[in-house]
Amino acid sequence: MVRLVVNDLEIEAEDGISVLEACLNNGIYIPNLCFINGMSSPPVSCRMCFVEIEGEARPVSSCAVKATDGMKVRTDTEQVRGLQRTAFQLLMSVHDVDCGRCPANKRCPLQRIAVFLKVPLRPGRLEKHLKNPDVDNVHPLIDYYPNRCMLCGKCIFVCREKHGQPRMTFAKRGFETVISFYGEKDLSGPACKECLACIDICPVRAIVTKDQAVE
Amino acid sequence: MNYSASEEEAGLPDKIALERDVAARLKGFDNHRRNLIPILQDIQDHFLYLAPEAILMVAEHIGIGASEVYGVATFYNQFRFHPPGRHPIKVCLGTACHVRGGDIILENFERKLGISDGETTTDREFSIERVACVGCCALAPVAVVDENIQGHMAPSKVEGIVLGYKIERDRIDRERENEPGEPA
Repeated sequence: MVRLVVNDLEIEAEDGISVLEACLNNGIYIPNLCFINGMSSPPVSCRMCFVEIEGEARPVSSCAVKATDGMKVRTDTEQVRGLQRTAFQLLMSVHDVDCGRCPANKRCPLQRIAVFLKVPLRPGRLEKHLKNPDVDNVHPLIDYYPNRCMLCGKCIFVCREKHGQPRMTFAKRGFETVISFYGEKDLSGPACKECLACIDICPVRAIVTKDQAVE
Repeated sequence: MNYSASEEEAGLPDKIALERDVAARLKGFDNHRRNLIPILQDIQDHFLYLAPEAILMVAEHIGIGASEVYGVATFYNQFRFHPPGRHPIKVCLGTACHVRGGDIILENFERKLGISDGETTTDREFSIERVACVGCCALAPVAVVDENIQGHMAPSKVEGIVLGYKIERDRIDRERENEPGEPA
């Protein structure tokens, strides 16, 4: 066990876990989208989980730093919030805000983070970039909605865990980046049919079974 | 014009030849992951694009998923997934062309031919590709059609270029019709 101080509160954490996990386990919320409990090497891709740690010149991603004894952490400084708001607005600039028709409505981490950071879901100052077409139905069992997806990569992570070899991947680049099943064989076979872990893990319901597409 | 039937017939031996050729090429590389991009480059150098069958074979050779091969290949602009058309159209979106509305020219070609950037028309006549600077910024916006530089592009010139090829092709078709006995 290690003891660290977060926002002037002393907490205990298991050895070897990240600052993010330590805080979440102790009921201190840090916005995060791409981290899964127990990940040994988190992707550090969502740029939401910044904290300030005493001794560090700049805010750091808390998922990528191990909690150590005597560490002093602040999760709520102006600088941290500034980075989180910008990162969030960038994410929302490529997100189709259509909550009324989205199956993730009311259990969506983006909605939670918007409330937490006091940022509207439609940030006006950034240009909106949506992908076309807005649904990919190549997979025989799954529909993928690229404009809901915030590219956290959790689906690829769980797919790799389950099958050793992920049956999906990030394809293309920049604004065009999508999740793709291109070229994978037997997508209608039992490997997908009996698993569907990607659907369960997707925080924003960008990956849904075909019959679940509209809820 | 509909070429689909003849293309399908021609497609089958093509596919077998492609698989045989790709298999021969793969023998030149061991199955280490670091060979992925060199293999893809080698295949594209030869076939001018990465066919789905080729992607599958590369995935099998290296021992990774086909989607992963696709993910890597789509990250780089140099790889294409459709065979180039007989008349490749490159639209420049470099800085000077961008400023002079190169994206409008690209959109015009896309609309005129009914395909997107990186695709080929079903009759294999045209393909569209976006490029970054062809080295004659003074002529911006620029397109390169069949290796010919087309400077000071405008929507009307897009129409003109596509129409020009269509007229040329109709002429050739007519001449063929007038020469019976000569198999097409």
